[in-house]
Amino acid sequence: MSLQEPITETTPITRTMTGAEIVVRALIDQGVDTLFGYPGGAVLPIYDALFQDNTEHGERLRHILVRHEQGATHAAEGYARSTGRPGVVLVTSGPGATNAVTGITDALMDSIPLVVLTGQVPTHLIGSDAFQECDTVGITRSCTKHNVLVRDVNELARTIHECFHIARSGRPGPVLIDIPKDVQFATGVYVGPDEVTFNHAYKPRTKGDAGKIAEAIELIANAKRPVFYSGGGVINAGPRASALLRELVRATQAPITSTLMGLGAYPASDPQWLGMVGMHGAWEANHAMHDCDVMIAVGARFDDRVTGRLDAFSPGSKKIHIDVDPSSINKVIKTDVGIIGDAGHVLEQMLAAWNARKATPDRAVLKPWWDQIETWRARNGFAYQPSQTTIKPQYAVQRLYELTRGRDVYITTEVGQHQMWAAQFFHFEEPNRWMTSGGLGTMGYGLPAAVGVQTAHPDALVIDIAGEASVQMTMQEMSTAVQFKLPIKIFILNNEWMGMVRQWQQLLHGERYSQSYSDSLPDFVKMAEAFGATGIRADTPDELDAKIMQMIDTPGPVIFDCRVEKAENCFPMIPSGKAHNDMLLGDAAAAVDIGTVIDEAGKRLV
Amino acid sequence: MAEDDPLQPASAYDLSHVDEADTRATFSVLVDNEPGVLHRVVGMFSARGYNIESLTVAETDRAAHTSRITIVTRGAAHVLEQIRAQLEKMVQVRQVADVARDIRGVERELALVKVRGDGEKRAEALRIADIFRAHVIDTTHESFIFELTGPPSKIDQFADLMRPLGLVEMSRTGVLSIIRGKERG
Ligand SMILES: Cc1cc2nc3c(=O)[nH]c(=O)nc-3n(C[C@H](O)[C@H](O)[C@H](O)COP(=O)(O)OP(=O)(O)OC[C@H]3O[C@@H](n4cnc5c(N)ncnc54)[C@H](O)[C@@H]3O)c2cc1C
Ligand SMILES: Cc1ncc(C[n+]2csc(CCOP(=O)(O)OP(=O)(O)O)c2C)c(N)n1
Repeated sequence: MSLQEPITETTPITRTMTGAEIVVRALIDQGVDTLFGYPGGAVLPIYDALFQDNTEHGERLRHILVRHEQGATHAAEGYARSTGRPGVVLVTSGPGATNAVTGITDALMDSIPLVVLTGQVPTHLIGSDAFQECDTVGITRSCTKHNVLVRDVNELARTIHECFHIARSGRPGPVLIDIPKDVQFATGVYVGPDEVTFNHAYKPRTKGDAGKIAEAIELIANAKRPVFYSGGGVINAGPRASALLRELVRATQAPITSTLMGLGAYPASDPQWLGMVGMHGAWEANHAMHDCDVMIAVGARFDDRVTGRLDAFSPGSKKIHIDVDPSSINKVIKTDVGIIGDAGHVLEQMLAAWNARKATPDRAVLKPWWDQIETWRARNGFAYQPSQTTIKPQYAVQRLYELTRGRDVYITTEVGQHQMWAAQFFHFEEPNRWMTSGGLGTMGYGLPAAVGVQTAHPDALVIDIAGEASVQMTMQEMSTAVQFKLPIKIFILNNEWMGMVRQWQQLLHGERYSQSYSDSLPDFVKMAEAFGATGIRADTPDELDAKIMQMIDTPGPVIFDCRVEKAENCFPMIPSGKAHNDMLLGDAAAAVDIGTVIDEAGKRLV
Repeated sequence: MAEDDPLQPASAYDLSHVDEADTRATFSVLVDNEPGVLHRVVGMFSARGYNIESLTVAETDRAAHTSRITIVTRGAAHVLEQIRAQLEKMVQVRQVADVARDIRGVERELALVKVRGDGEKRAEALRIADIFRAHVIDTTHESFIFELTGPPSKIDQFADLMRPLGLVEMSRTGVLSIIRGKERG
């Protein structure tokens, strides 16, 4: 801080500043402490303002310099998902903006709040094919919740504040603000977050309709085979929503399953927990969804990975659907009671209604349902053939889970079989601990997401459970981790194959393994060392525990090359186009001709 | 429908709504008049595979910075419900009304219709135009251009009648819409 300058926070006289200073000031007033970005010509004024703010006020706004703009967006997603606060990205025009598109789309699909600031060529050059010009708002319109090109410096502060509000409220999502360079240089008036009036009528509904809630409570109270189906929306709604969900589930004594995106909202160690639902979900969870008489969906969107074949999806149940986005209700599945509102608010209302009704569930009524569930549990759908000689990928995740238990752990993943094994064998007790790319399924998400998580939680143990193919897509962010001393652990289940692709080719394409084998894989240990990180390799089950402990005890970033069984398939699996009670199990699959399991119609689905 | 078409893989999941018949909807969408709004609305239709039968847009209130977009589309009831929800969730959308299915809804379209002919056909064209209260805005010895306003069905009907009489071409504005009564719709 320079001595002659007054501190701006306490003296709101200096309301006039440059656009670049407005950006920095607005971010600080929004409570932002971290930016993920990459500089370039069209954002240099903002980078300059950041530099000056850092010299005056210390590093109150930390900038994490990534190695590729896609990395910035995924890091911001990891930051957002693990903190509940919007992730902020700053990139330049043209290639900076286009490189960010994958992460922005990923955030849209998974409802992650991001605020992405992009530089743009000066206003008078827009439309002239100027150097590094691209139609950023045009390109990103369909992959943002909202986006805007700011042409007037006096609109800048208002726009930024409104965009933060839009990103984090309602169904969260990515918002992009495109700022021409001349607007960054121009001088304008700053307004704070409390003084702005928003431009738009946008006002998402948070409280649920009382009549609908009463209807839902009646259905639940009279259910003989109820099941809760929770999703990412509960995580979006904040830790309080998870706490309320737990209360309601316990009060109703119903079993609960969750989507991939909702893991952690309900503790995995609880006896009412059934495990994940869906294509690679638990045998008991899918059967319970199929046979239930009342389904309570909370912040889940009936994705095709979850429903399987729609006309056979939970055919005998009444469906209650709680969602903040009215377009999620009745989109895929017809619901009987649709409740629009924030999961936190609605669960609170439901709990109050339940308690007011003094409805203690009749244990005798639910007993046959729980007995049935116990028989499904006894089938042990996640069983796999153990091995003394090769590391089974499931075993590796199990050991990783056991050896990190009790620590402050955050898990990210890439996309593929390893992601599913992580979801099946790593267990979560709390929300915001599990970061994965569900909707878009973006290979390369996990490593930069781990960078973002570790930035927000410097002392936590942050592990990316990775596949050797995915991790190469954004491997360069190891350099970011090393530069910023972020001790992320990249735990690669190295099967040398794009395992998920290989599995589909085996099941659906007559074992013709077209382009799914990665020859010439890098030596990941040497690669770690080249980055200035630590490399560890494990080849056999007997050395695995010690190596995992070595990884945990290493103070800096680690790449762990875990050599696993190459031909392992991920089960259970609901083949495309099949129903929940038509699941393939690992042990049973070995006995049948796997290529014939999926019919022609199923082969055409994704 | 899509279910019978083997080239429509995505719809093979979608078996639950097979027996819903398509109906027509006219969405009157009041939006903030900002750059890119029209693109966002139209882009949503194309990205989600909805059909646009007609589209009109113009600023309606300069002081309030609003425009009205009127979109005529067609779909099963659950599709129309989804379209409406998708429109309503856009940040710049202030209000959505389905004018076609609201008894207070009024729809109007303007059409210019060129008809070529002589003799009795020419006289018949004029008589029909009179019944439809269409104006003649251009004439040659062997053609007319009629100007006609009305709900889209009236214009369709007019075109059907003119076809055997020598309809050459026509141009339509697409549907404009508003809600009856003294309140702002
Ligand atoms: C290889 C692969 C395999 C997969 N296999 C499976 C699988 O077996 N099982 C599985 O479940 N998934 C699987 N997925 C993930 C799947 O594709 C979807 O991403 C996931 O099922 C969607 O989760 P969700 O329904 O919780 O929705 P999300 O995408 O998390 O959406 C959240 C929903 O909650 C709503 N919402 C948001 N905020 C709130 C709030 N505050 N209050 C109320 N509602 C809110 C939103 O409007 C939305 O409807 C797989 C993905 C990949 C890449
Ligand atoms: C960016 C991107 N490209 C392609 C795919 C399609 N895809 C899904 S899983 C997968 C293979 C992943 O292989 P790997 O990371 O080694 O994980 P494994 O399945 O072997 O655990 C591919 C190519 C994708 N999801 N994302």
